[in-house]
Amino acid sequence: MIKRAYVRWIAPMDRTLLHTTLFLVLFSLIVLYSASGEEVSKVLSQVRNLGLAFGVMGLVARTNPQILERLAFPLYGLALLALIAVALTGEVSHGARRWLHLGPLHVQPSELMKLALPMALAAFFEWRSRTLNWRDFLVATLMILVPVGLVLRQPDLGTALLIASSGFYILYFAGLPWKVMGLLSALALAALPLLWPLLHGYQKKRILIFLDPTQDPLGAGYHTLQAMIAIGSGGVLGKGWLQGTQSHLDFLPEHTTDFIFAVFGEEFGLVGELVFLGAMLVLITRGFYIANEGSTPFSRLMAGALSMTLFTYTFVNMGMVSGILPVVGVPLPFLSYGGTSLVTLFSSVGFLMSVHHHRKLVKQ
Amino acid sequence: MTPPLRDPHQERWNFRFRLGVTWWLVMVLFLALITRLAWLQIVAQRHYHTLAEANRIAIVPLVPQRGLILDRHGVVLAENRYEFDLEIDPHLCPDIPATLDALTQLVTINPSDRKLFQKMRDESHGLAPVAIRTHLTEEEVARFSVNRYRFPGVDIEARLTRTYPLGLHASHLIGYISRINEDDQDRLEDEDLSDQYRGTNHIGKQGIESHYESLLHGTTGSEQVETDAAGHGLRSLAQTAPISGDDLYLTIDAKLQQVAEEAFGLQRGALVALDPETGEILAFVSQPGFDPNLFVDGIDQEHWNDLNTSPDHPLNDRALRGQYPPGSTVKPFMALAALQLKVRSAEDVLYDPGYFSFPGSSHHYRDWREGGHGKVDMALSIIQSCDTYYYSLANQMGIDRMHDFFTLFGFGQKSGIDLDGEAAGLYPSTAWKQKKYHQDWYAGDTVISGIGQGYVLATPLQLAVATATLANQGKRMTPHLVRAIRHAASGRTTRIAPKVSQALTFRPEDLETVRNAMIGVMKPGGTAAQAGAGSPYSIAGKTGTAQVVGVRQGEKYNAGALAEHNRDHALFIAYAPADHPRLALAVLVENGGHGGSAAAPIARQVFDYYLLGKRSPPATP
Repeated sequence: MIKRAYVRWIAPMDRTLLHTTLFLVLFSLIVLYSASGEEVSKVLSQVRNLGLAFGVMGLVARTNPQILERLAFPLYGLALLALIAVALTGEVSHGARRWLHLGPLHVQPSELMKLALPMALAAFFEWRSRTLNWRDFLVATLMILVPVGLVLRQPDLGTALLIASSGFYILYFAGLPWKVMGLLSALALAALPLLWPLLHGYQKKRILIFLDPTQDPLGAGYHTLQAMIAIGSGGVLGKGWLQGTQSHLDFLPEHTTDFIFAVFGEEFGLVGELVFLGAMLVLITRGFYIANEGSTPFSRLMAGALSMTLFTYTFVNMGMVSGILPVVGVPLPFLSYGGTSLVTLFSSVGFLMSVHHHRKLVKQ
Repeated sequence: MTPPLRDPHQERWNFRFRLGVTWWLVMVLFLALITRLAWLQIVAQRHYHTLAEANRIAIVPLVPQRGLILDRHGVVLAENRYEFDLEIDPHLCPDIPATLDALTQLVTINPSDRKLFQKMRDESHGLAPVAIRTHLTEEEVARFSVNRYRFPGVDIEARLTRTYPLGLHASHLIGYISRINEDDQDRLEDEDLSDQYRGTNHIGKQGIESHYESLLHGTTGSEQVETDAAGHGLRSLAQTAPISGDDLYLTIDAKLQQVAEEAFGLQRGALVALDPETGEILAFVSQPGFDPNLFVDGIDQEHWNDLNTSPDHPLNDRALRGQYPPGSTVKPFMALAALQLKVRSAEDVLYDPGYFSFPGSSHHYRDWREGGHGKVDMALSIIQSCDTYYYSLANQMGIDRMHDFFTLFGFGQKSGIDLDGEAAGLYPSTAWKQKKYHQDWYAGDTVISGIGQGYVLATPLQLAVATATLANQGKRMTPHLVRAIRHAASGRTTRIAPKVSQALTFRPEDLETVRNAMIGVMKPGGTAAQAGAGSPYSIAGKTGTAQVVGVRQGEKYNAGALAEHNRDHALFIAYAPADHPRLALAVLVENGGHGGSAAAPIARQVFDYYLLGKRSPPATP
């Protein structure tokens, strides 16, 4: 009985990924306890989220990527429909339409799109892999732009960029020519001034404040400034667990979600941050390794893109908190409190495990 | 041409190459991140450590003083006064229960105060001082101050509170501020104003306080303060001063307002009086009023229930939002329409048998006077308020022409007054009924619209504006309540210029016909002769009585037999002096009965005070 459960559930899990994940999870609960102001209920609620996330991870890990591939297009269509539904009817909260109400469920379709888009693109490229030409890239670009445009209209610039990047990674790994990428980046740079008037007031403000945080010490610049004080004052070794002062005195906003890294940096110092970054690097490297040994183009592309997405979240969040990127609402993988992002994250890890477990089951 | 097939091995190699390149990119970006963190935590560590540990910098918002609201002569309607609270700092207070017990000897502390204190203490996590009592009396302040040494961690906090010195007077128009709630917070975030309201606890909710919130609030400043480990301020490093809110000088004459309110006695109703030439509102009454001071720090349940469940609905702004059938007050406008559209001349005489009926129909549209007025021309139809004359006039004109004409005077549309939530009233048309009820318009609907009944609804404000338009030879001014704004930053005062809503042209002789008839209303033989008796200036007026419940065919209206809230509303519109109007007004007394006896005397008191400076003896309750 136990042995059967082990074979079904634990055996498909890649050991490196599993152990690193478990390590990060334990770590995150310790940090959350401190960041939440020693609130046990919040930690317990995160434990519940983790339980769910682990369940989803196990389920995805034992599922053959070929089954996931078949789910790709329906999932993409569903997410797209949900995004359109949100644009038409969704609840307005804080001036943005992001949530969809389905009976008792409150769904944020943009979160679903984060996984659905790369899956659909990877499936698309697998289907076209033998006769791939520039027209396929054009179609794929369109598949990216439609959901990104819908999310941009919500408006949710951060999520739109994340979805766009996850799609771009697939294009990149599928072999988007270097020349085209060079041209695109040049075009993007040139288009920046044109995009400026399209941004919302608060988006412009964030960018201006990023360029000069002192111009609005009461408003948006306040977040970054306080985060930098917290991290900087932590020093090499940190102030010690529960000893951080900035977060506990409520100087730090969002100190259990987007800005939790500041609490972490203050209490655990540069050494703690290196340990965390090291663990993340292990995950990403392992992801790349798994991508390389993947049995089908779909699983290879997905593994590569998911590893890069993991990196993107980590880099964007830490860059924002340490003041080298503008403030966008991006959670830090593993550390940030919240159920939805955790499930998305663990599904990604589960996916990598599945690719690894099924690497030899399909012959080329 | 089909593109060449891809070579899977070449593809695998390409993919592996790209993975490698990306991995190195990841490494480089992680290194950049680490460099940044190392810079923060090693090189700049001392700097940030100083900021954070030894003396933390807190950025404290400096809340601007809210602008004052004054009447046209400078009488203060809303100001900021010091209030004294008793606060306990849990950090410095050794034994809170014992302290509370000892404090009870000096100041009144109710169980509800204790409960609130406990709640606020839990919410603040013991980090900030919490108030145990608000609104200390001067005596309590003195008593505590003498004994202060006995209570470590307990202190008196002075803070500015919004106060409305006139209390019940002019409450609807001034409105009030109250604590910022979640809805306000959401709205502020949407409008990107939450930074401006950091440190501000109150926001305008009603009346002028709400409509002019952005001017009254001012601009929040900020101060960088060094604090010690417990968060206490040590010294100020830099500061941007706040800019106080603008002071608003209203068009209201506070004394006239009070005279008008007192003239109502205990009756419910509304009065709007304005300068016909400028649209400046001099009195804006909705009775009964309420005390806006109750709302500032959160109204308690008992008062709230009283206000909310009272059958008199004191919170309802009748002048702005109350929609009533205007009754016979529409007749001067009907008469002017008849002259303007050449439907009837002033000299045309109609015989009134006491009712109007369509040929071949037995249904009687009754005149208020049994047996009728006999031979009636236009002047007499206004002076005696003959219903039959207007039933037949309406039938001749048709509802759509009436609708177009009344719209010119502002019926059925918002006046554009500087208050939020104005009701639009209703002037029906065939198109409106088709759209709203998918029904055809009936001739009978037109007939009763001719005496301001049926679907027709107007707010007292609309009636006053229409009357002012009549007084101002057809030039409709936009009614407004703010006369001048004193900018706190520059100290300069901006005068608000009168605005024209619509300029209409009428033949002077037509206007004269209507005016003379309205003057006749106030003379012996007119429906408001009593109210007009002995006035040294001439008044042009028109009474109105609006049915609340219909009276069936063959029955008589009997006020005594009806429940109080089903009795007729009394209405009166007027302007004076009739030859050179300085004040136009509309009065409504809910369930007051007849316009001439219930509403017109109130108007007379207002005119007497405004034109003669004479205060009438208070109305007998």
